[in-house]
Amino acid sequence: MAVDVAETPQAPGPITTRTIQVTVNGVTHKSTVQNRMLLVSYLRERLRLTGTHIGCDTAHCGACTVLVDGIPVKSCNLLAVQVDGRKVQTVEGLASGGKLHPIQEGFHEEHGLQCGYCTPGMMLVSVALLAQNPNPTEDEIRRGISGNLCRCTGYVNIVKAIQHTAAKMQNPAKGGP
Amino acid sequence: MAQPETVHGGIGQSIPRKEDARFIRGKGNYVDDVDLPGMLFLDLVRSPYAHAKITALRKEKALAVPGVLAVITGADLAAAKLAWMPTLMSDTQMVLPTDEVMFQGQEVAGVVATDRYAAADGVAAVEVDYDPLPVVVDPFKALEPGAPVLRGDKGKKDNHIWHWEVGDKAATEKALKESAVVIKERLYIPRIHVSSIETCGCVAQVDAMGKLTVWMTTQAPHAIRTVFALVSGLPENQIRIISPDIGGGFGGKVPVYPGYVIAVVAALTTGQPVKWVEDRTGNLTADSFARDYHIEAEMGATKDGKLTALRVKTLADHGYTDAAANPSKFPAGLFHIITGSYPFATAFVEVDAAYTNKPPGGIAYRCSFRVTEAAYTIERLVENMAHKLKIDPAEFRLKNFIPPEAFPFQSALGWTYDSGNYGGALKKAMAMIGYDELRKEQAEKRKRGELMGIGISSFTEIVGAGPAKQFDILGLKMFDSAEVRIHPTGKVIARLGTKSQGQGHETTYAQILAEELGISSDFISIEEGDTDTAPYGLGTYASRSTPTSGAAAAMAARKIRDKAAKIAAQMLEVSPDDIEWKDHKFQVKGVPDKSKTMAEVAFAAYTTPLEGMEAGLEAVDYYNPPNLTFPFGSYICAVDVDKETGQVKVRRFVAVDDCGVIINPTIVDGQIQGGLTMGFAPAMMEEIPYDADGNNRAGSFLEYLLPTAVETPKWETGKTTTPSPHHPFGAKGVGESATVGAPAAIVNAVLDALEPYGVTNIDIPLSAHKVWKAIHSKDAA
Amino acid sequence: MYPPNFEYYAPKTVQEAIGLLDQHQGEAKVLAGGQSLIGMMKLRLAQPAALIDINRIPDLAYIREEEAALVIGALTRTAELGRSEVVRARYPVLSDAAAEIADPTVRNWGTVGGNVSHGDPGNDLPACMMALGAEYRAEGPKGARTIPARQFYQDSFVTALRPNEVLTQVRIPRAGPGTGSAYSKMERKVGDFATAAVAVQLRVGKGGSIDLAGIGLTNVGPTAIYAAAASEFLMGKTGTDSDLKRAGELASDASRPFPDNRGPVEFKKDMVRVWTRRTIAHALARAKGGK
Repeated sequence: MAVDVAETPQAPGPITTRTIQVTVNGVTHKSTVQNRMLLVSYLRERLRLTGTHIGCDTAHCGACTVLVDGIPVKSCNLLAVQVDGRKVQTVEGLASGGKLHPIQEGFHEEHGLQCGYCTPGMMLVSVALLAQNPNPTEDEIRRGISGNLCRCTGYVNIVKAIQHTAAKMQNPAKGGP
Repeated sequence: MAQPETVHGGIGQSIPRKEDARFIRGKGNYVDDVDLPGMLFLDLVRSPYAHAKITALRKEKALAVPGVLAVITGADLAAAKLAWMPTLMSDTQMVLPTDEVMFQGQEVAGVVATDRYAAADGVAAVEVDYDPLPVVVDPFKALEPGAPVLRGDKGKKDNHIWHWEVGDKAATEKALKESAVVIKERLYIPRIHVSSIETCGCVAQVDAMGKLTVWMTTQAPHAIRTVFALVSGLPENQIRIISPDIGGGFGGKVPVYPGYVIAVVAALTTGQPVKWVEDRTGNLTADSFARDYHIEAEMGATKDGKLTALRVKTLADHGYTDAAANPSKFPAGLFHIITGSYPFATAFVEVDAAYTNKPPGGIAYRCSFRVTEAAYTIERLVENMAHKLKIDPAEFRLKNFIPPEAFPFQSALGWTYDSGNYGGALKKAMAMIGYDELRKEQAEKRKRGELMGIGISSFTEIVGAGPAKQFDILGLKMFDSAEVRIHPTGKVIARLGTKSQGQGHETTYAQILAEELGISSDFISIEEGDTDTAPYGLGTYASRSTPTSGAAAAMAARKIRDKAAKIAAQMLEVSPDDIEWKDHKFQVKGVPDKSKTMAEVAFAAYTTPLEGMEAGLEAVDYYNPPNLTFPFGSYICAVDVDKETGQVKVRRFVAVDDCGVIINPTIVDGQIQGGLTMGFAPAMMEEIPYDADGNNRAGSFLEYLLPTAVETPKWETGKTTTPSPHHPFGAKGVGESATVGAPAAIVNAVLDALEPYGVTNIDIPLSAHKVWKAIHSKDAA
Repeated sequence: MYPPNFEYYAPKTVQEAIGLLDQHQGEAKVLAGGQSLIGMMKLRLAQPAALIDINRIPDLAYIREEEAALVIGALTRTAELGRSEVVRARYPVLSDAAAEIADPTVRNWGTVGGNVSHGDPGNDLPACMMALGAEYRAEGPKGARTIPARQFYQDSFVTALRPNEVLTQVRIPRAGPGTGSAYSKMERKVGDFATAAVAVQLRVGKGGSIDLAGIGLTNVGPTAIYAAAASEFLMGKTGTDSDLKRAGELASDASRPFPDNRGPVEFKKDMVRVWTRRTIAHALARAKGGK
């Protein structure tokens, strides 16, 4: 078949880059990235942390949510260069020393996930929500996760998972409901 | 009476899911997570026009972009006879155009680059000259004489694709004429899009021995492999399709999309792996849509409210080619379930399909092969008839339902419903929601001019395609399969021909086998999706997995049990006739302490010389279901409508579902809650509208509206259990029931709220401006 | 989905930022939260040659009530605005709006300065700033100037801010006793732009009549709209049902919505009428001590 295939890629044009230092899940990385590289691309492709997902082009779905200095942000809508000097936490950084974070246990125990694609973003936004509001009402939970879309669950069990986690984190001895 | 011993993780237990372990750690393996050395990226140039001639396509600037290696066009593919491919309905679809584009968003060229940013730069640099052609957007106009003919390439002289009909036309005509009351309604169900959070994509790789491996977001890997083999000429044993973790399918990941084919071509020509992952805009504008049925329905009743006849005429807008993923004998899918939960003496349904300048598809979005369209129609008309006759809609349904003793029930359109208890489900729903109290409240509110509505939907589903006599896709019979093997230490691996996209198969199939084999589900591994290892199957869609592969799993387990019983007999030194399977063990009849577990038998199968039998303990079953299964349910919705703004708030929604025997109650609830949300969203906010120039007016999540946790109602669910008499363990399947049943309940509720205005229909989605218009045009009048 | 490349600077002072903007002669854009800008760049609807990231400039994020004004630094995150006690106490129109802008995650990074200066008719804060009679402080090579919000918006994505200026502060006249304000956003779902949204601030004087009123409208025109006639109409009124009804009609007359998937023009204009009336009622209730 006759398809034009260049023998070698063309020499680089005016692609501009910057060296950044980012601490991701406690590990500090020094990387040279294109200015235009989105944070989600940096995490997934450069650091091979593929737990953060891409689900849309317009920052609606929230599948790409990570925590930057503890605050949920949509990593598809931030440039990697914007987190120079900052701390990023992804889903891979939730468990600690092999022990799952209560939010991970909550999602598992309450069937808060089906295909799993929105789950990392949902869990991270929930962690931040509970840090600010340890005992949220159902409506506060629903508002809190309204930047994250799920197509599988209808949200009922995601709400339950967060409620389960809230209870557990307030009463660790009791082990939750 | 002593309770039978249960096995851990058996049927009916809400065990937490096995597959969660990787997902909660962010260790899922989705297509975009696949990373191979030397992997290139494919991005697609798309047409801005709905219908145009391509007069020029220039690659030079794109090829000069740093990182771009190749630009693939229709001309390139045509040289290898790959510019066109067959669809699942034996029509033809362009992989890439050579002369003409047929819908906005159509793939026009592929750009292959070293990374996806460079590929995007390349796409922006490809230059295409278009000469716009007249656009056909309205399927009615498409069928008028003189309309531009869209498929002259097929030698067609018009835009009519096919006509299909079923039922008794004359008897139905007569029955309607003789009916005391006849209502007629025109319902339009617009295009919607599955919008799973993961879009479609693949990684194609050809290895040194010429074997093609494609990781692909596909719900039907084996069928894809066979189609690829037939189309490409590559031997089928040299093709491996791997469907890894899929981030939601809902039917949108069944068809073969041009991007897959172009990626394979790119892998073959560059010699390197090529990844294609579409962006959301590509997904929304080009991939398989769902619905787009223009329905005209008539229903007759006697003056005391007994339904008599149903007549339905439908125009299906298929886009520029019929690429719907239907069983081949049913171009309108299972639409003729449309007589629903009622024993119409006669009915007649006809469907015509038309070509338009829109993307191809039609079967997706949890539709069960057009059952969403059918259930919506019947439940809307039944409600309208009740209102017309001034009979309470619940009472009207209870009066007309097919009674439980009538099953198996032969419908006027040819289906044999396996079992049902429609009255039981509706009564339970009424009790759960407090139906009588709500009606009282409504009466009070009406006096004050407040708009409150209650709507019902009592749907019958039809799933589990299907029996070989009637069901095939491109000739492939719609059986499904399970291959089960027990290891010496009594642990199990099973592979199936279906493919989960979030439905929890790694857990539910393990539960079926746990029950059938008496082995803890903890020790049962389930695999799907790799065509090199899984037995042949037709995949997961249309709620078919439990009815087909679920049955196959049970049957394979029973074959194993038959052999295991013989081994147990040898171990216990009795005749095989003296062995019974009781309490998940092989027991000597009448001597309960003389027994062997399956694990003990498994060990013996590998370590003990067996008389008259081979070593090992495994079986494969290809299950040809004797019939479809018919889950059903009753949903009741209560809404409040803001009279001034037309905004609708779903105050309560009770869903009572009956899917026969339930494998995992929590997982079933999850399917229903998700399904309800995918019924609610099209009813309230999802739509892909096209303007007169064929422009897609919802090509991103800015306009294609998926509900968040704030808009989504707080679903209340309940169950009744009416087993399927023909399924090995009485299950029916449930994945799509809620999407099938929910929309009518919501629309019926809103129209009930608007009763003071005498509105009998508003087409979905019920956006505020439509509800407002219905209120205010009547107010003004 | 992926933007073209650009030069990127992270200046440490406002002066440095202005210098860079000036140098690029209109080809550079300020990057604050970027929640609107990066989205447009991904879709290649905006292709600036350079981004001037102002997030490293200290002392640009603050909310302070001074003697005569509430001042908000341009880099204040929307979420921070939403959490501010002083804002909730005396300028609740901003708390209401902050809770409705995009979604909670986008609000964590998007900024007040970005929302008021981006120029999208769907941005929520401009109408609020119009209702509050706010002013924006713009700093450029020749120094600082203030631009009243009611005069700032010229057309969709066209504002009075010059390409070499940085908006550094929003200044809102201090709300005295008897002031009440509210924002109502009618939207199809969380995260959508408004079908119609209304911002109202008013003050009820000692005699029980309104002596200050400002009404702003979101997404019912090429820019946010200051409903001048409706605002003036309320002056001296006590806020009867009939007053509110008339104000709603006047606001509706001032609106110039375009038809889209949210609905046709007549529908949107009617929504302006209804929601203006409802929002005035809410602002009035707050002015009289309610929630």
